[in-house]
Amino acid sequence: MASENGELTGAGYINHHLTNLTYGQFPDGHWGFAHGAEEAASMGFMAIHVDSMLWSLGLGVIMFWVLRRVAKGFSADKPSKVQCFVESLFDMAQDSKDSTFTKDAKNEWIAPMALTIFIWVFFMNLMDLVPVDWIPELAKLAGLEYMKIVPSTDVNVALGMALAVFIMILYYSLKIKGPMGFTKELALQPFGKYLIPFNLVLELVGLLAKPLSLGLRLFGNMYAGELIFILIAMMYSAGIGLGVLGGFAQLGWAIFHILVITLQAYIFMMLTIVYLSQAHEHH
Amino acid sequence: MNINLTLLGQTISFLLFVWFCKKFVWPPMVNAMQDRQNQIADGLAAAEKGQEAQEVAEKEAAQMISNAKSQAAEIIASAEKRGNAVVDEAKTTATSEKERIVASALSEVEQEVHTAREELRTQVSSIAVAAASKIADKEIDEAAHAGLIEDLVKQLKAS
Repeated sequence: MASENGELTGAGYINHHLTNLTYGQFPDGHWGFAHGAEEAASMGFMAIHVDSMLWSLGLGVIMFWVLRRVAKGFSADKPSKVQCFVESLFDMAQDSKDSTFTKDAKNEWIAPMALTIFIWVFFMNLMDLVPVDWIPELAKLAGLEYMKIVPSTDVNVALGMALAVFIMILYYSLKIKGPMGFTKELALQPFGKYLIPFNLVLELVGLLAKPLSLGLRLFGNMYAGELIFILIAMMYSAGIGLGVLGGFAQLGWAIFHILVITLQAYIFMMLTIVYLSQAHEHH
Repeated sequence: MNINLTLLGQTISFLLFVWFCKKFVWPPMVNAMQDRQNQIADGLAAAEKGQEAQEVAEKEAAQMISNAKSQAAEIIASAEKRGNAVVDEAKTTATSEKERIVASALSEVEQEVHTAREELRTQVSSIAVAAASKIADKEIDEAAHAGLIEDLVKQLKAS
């Protein structure tokens, strides 16, 4: 990679910003931080993106700390502004569940899960609005070579959440419909019992497409957004004219991105409710 | 862009967060919101009840006021009637009393006149008797008689 010897080229800059701080097992067996994307790739599956995990967990912990504090200090008579805001979030989650989730089944986990997804994904996306160089530069001062602060631009994070949703889909499908019911649903639709192999292939592809599309949609949107921010940030080093233009571009893109990050969090939440609702429905 | 352990870490943290939310964040918040909703509903219902009660009380008060007014009017009317009756009665009693007083005064006057007359009569007769006795005593003398009669007349006039 171009940036490995300290040279600052465009490609190197972008690559640096798109590389996670990876800790994992080198091919020769010892564990350590990867220096550069190639080393990270050579670790294969036995590696972990320390920055993604820290930022996502940190944001989640902060989020729950705030929510729990609001819930404990709940005041019916004199709600604080934070409480009003949190209440509207709770209402939103509950309304989304009520309007979308199947009326045939009751599941008290859906609404809290919707809330968790919405706020967590929103916060992870929100890191996208922090100017792309601030925290990586700070991390560099602290001796960390890479620092990617937007967890949802990490395909592992988006797919990891989608995997959790997939596990829940399987769990509730088996729990509500039973192993036979679930198998029947996969095998006998949409073309009846004479085309069972064809049905199975179709339904399994459909089933697997759910988590994949769910995760990749979030990842793709956030990754593309982040890339644009990085490209805009490159304009700052290209003279004063382009730099000023870049300032306006970053402002505009950031304002537009407020919509995108909220929308993506909302879509992730709604699709999860829809998928789990389907898992609860009998056909 | 490598798929690695982060995927599983994220899955586990996601499930943990959902569990934490369901166990420790969702119930207190939703319960508190539900409680307040009930409180507000109760308060509104109570306010409505209070308003209804107020309306009823206002109606009652208006009823009472109109009752009192009509009663007062009745009382005033009857009092006026009574007053008129009293005045009339007083007038009639006064008239009759006056007539009675006048009548009694008249009769008293008559009585006085009568008694005066009687007295006069007795006096005249006694004077006449006295004069007659004097005449009988002194013989009748024209000149003397004249003086006597004059005397008598004077006496009569004086009485």
